[in-house]
Amino acid sequence: MIAYRPSRAPGYAALALLALALAAGFLPVLRMGLEQGFSGLDPYVFRVLRFTLLQAGLSTVLSLALGLPLARALARQSSFPGRALLLRLLNLPLALPAIVVVIGIIEVYGAGGWLGGVFDIYGLQGILLAHVFFNAPLAARLILADLERIPAESWKLAAQLGLQPTAIWRLVEWPAVRSGVAGAALLIFLLCASSFAVVLTLGGGPRATTLEVAIYQSLRADFDPQRASMLALVQLALCATLALTAQAWGGLAVGWPMLRLQPRRHDGRSASARLFDGGVVVLALLLLVPPLMALVAAGLLHIRPSALLARALATSLGLGAASAALAFAVVWPLAVLAVRSDAWRKAAAIAVLASWIVPPAALATGWFVSLIAHAGMTGLAAFLVIAMNALMSLPFAARVLTPALAQSAEAHDRLCMSLGLSGWSRFRLVELPVMKRAIGLSLVMALILSLGDLTAISLFGTQDFVTLPALIHRQMGSYRFDEAIGTALVLGALVLAFSSLAERWSGQR
Amino acid sequence: MIRLDDVTFRHEDMRMRFDAEFPAASLTAVIGPSGGGKSTLLNLIAGFEMPESGRVLIGGRDVTALPPDQRPVSMIFQDNNVFAHLDLWQNVALGISPSLKPDAEQRSRVDAALTEVGLGALMHRKPGEVSGGERQRVAVARALVRDRPALLLDEPFAALGPAMRKDMLELVKTMQRSRKLTVVMVTHQPEDALTAATHTAYLESGRVLALRPTAELFAARDLPGLRAYLGDWRSSGL
Repeated sequence: MIAYRPSRAPGYAALALLALALAAGFLPVLRMGLEQGFSGLDPYVFRVLRFTLLQAGLSTVLSLALGLPLARALARQSSFPGRALLLRLLNLPLALPAIVVVIGIIEVYGAGGWLGGVFDIYGLQGILLAHVFFNAPLAARLILADLERIPAESWKLAAQLGLQPTAIWRLVEWPAVRSGVAGAALLIFLLCASSFAVVLTLGGGPRATTLEVAIYQSLRADFDPQRASMLALVQLALCATLALTAQAWGGLAVGWPMLRLQPRRHDGRSASARLFDGGVVVLALLLLVPPLMALVAAGLLHIRPSALLARALATSLGLGAASAALAFAVVWPLAVLAVRSDAWRKAAAIAVLASWIVPPAALATGWFVSLIAHAGMTGLAAFLVIAMNALMSLPFAARVLTPALAQSAEAHDRLCMSLGLSGWSRFRLVELPVMKRAIGLSLVMALILSLGDLTAISLFGTQDFVTLPALIHRQMGSYRFDEAIGTALVLGALVLAFSSLAERWSGQR
Repeated sequence: MIRLDDVTFRHEDMRMRFDAEFPAASLTAVIGPSGGGKSTLLNLIAGFEMPESGRVLIGGRDVTALPPDQRPVSMIFQDNNVFAHLDLWQNVALGISPSLKPDAEQRSRVDAALTEVGLGALMHRKPGEVSGGERQRVAVARALVRDRPALLLDEPFAALGPAMRKDMLELVKTMQRSRKLTVVMVTHQPEDALTAATHTAYLESGRVLALRPTAELFAARDLPGLRAYLGDWRSSGL
């Protein structure tokens, strides 16, 4: 059968744009790295690398240690009061900007906080706490989705055969989640290895810094592009290896969670099972609720409308809208081709991961060196922030648009071919109305990511070019923590408003 | 004998009330329109659903409060009867040893059951490497080693081709006779009931409207719903 062949020009244009962005980032870094050779790999670089791996490894282990039993508890106990609310709570960390959560954590565990002194939050403990806050819910959601795919008959069979909890785990649950757990572990390790805002705010000096943050400090504080490029090369090697491994493993699971009807389970009714599951849920609540409550409670007291706040808000929204539009413009043509051709599918899968393979700070080093330090193009800052945020949201946008486009291709290709409908008119008359929700969702997700970004704005921002996360960071740095809480609440509320929109569009009720 | 003694059950806004007796040591087919409660009936007997009121009796014993594994029942589903990561032998062995540590006597029973259903040569294959009909035979072999007096079948052959379903039906019939099983089989094919079932029950809107010897039920003139459900399948040459 003859297949529908969309025009390839937009796809090539998107690839060329990505290639240009990556080359502008990667080549200067590579050149400066090669110039230094191995002499650039001094003990400082190794110390930073060691800490990066240590905190990412520990974060991954701890997140899974909580996320796995939490997923099982939620799958096994299919109806308890507050279950739906807890599921929604697990989606929160996905949307909330890291800097907002860090503020909440400092408010609870910092000196003078509700639970001040429980953890030493400036350093490894604080970093781990924040990373587990974000990633245990992520792990739980990914694993829960796998558990809910187990067919109802398997649960009936398990009940009829009288399988004990350990046998159920070994025969039914573990085989269903095994590859998902490995995928989640890789994803979490990758996220934590390139985590920026958490380490920047909670890390303490060279003792507890990661590659991503060390690059920023070399560029912006020490004005040492040589060192930055060496760190960037190491970071690049690390992230590229992880991202490509994860991709080969079966793709990185990024996207908005979908809740489906769960099959009825017949196990987990015993007192010990309920007690265990209840304990896990309480532990998760203890992790998630206090920082959020502290943020809201303290934030409400400290919101002070100011011209600076209004300007940061406007800048954030403007940059967010622009980067969402750019991300869409890059992903769409790639996805259109990817759902119809195997070669394009493979190319697009790697292309959208560009920002995970070449991590933001590494990319920024190159852009900074070639465009700003060399050419003195400081006016480019806004464009660089938009470009970087768009790059970071590509995997998420692709994850939403590709399946929806595949569905539309399946349903409409033959009719469109017989009517000669293609290109712009097909987009306007078929895909736009049919995929309204998926398109909206991809834009909102990109917007949310961009609103929470601290990496790009820290690398390129200036005194007068401030977004909400940058404002929070600045207020923290100048000992105006109260104002920072107020700003954090504004940012948090803004992001949650958009994410509840996204949840509605992702078909969640 | 399986008896549902005024069992009531509610699924969303559908109310069901079952009052029926399935004769011992015989095969009863259950037919009726989709959504009429056929699967729910089996789930209530097997213990996957709890009645709101009423009692379920199997062989004269009240099993209403018993969990599924303690009821004298095996059940075979339309699909997903096997765990894909275990081989056929292990899938059958689960029937006697839920921890998969069978002793020598249990092992030989598993071998015998697999041979009886014609899977002797395939026992170390994974479910993905055999046909749909062979996967259903695994479920039959597992029911054999479990050796429970009642066997419930929920459209077990719906996904099989005509020749395979005939073979399977034959297998179930032989098994039912040699072991004096009480079999209840939900099916959408009138000819399954006519070839294999001594009795047939007609279910509609959550009620067993009739349970009679098969030939008698198919000839009934007092069940307008049944006529509509069957349509003109007989005149079309089946």
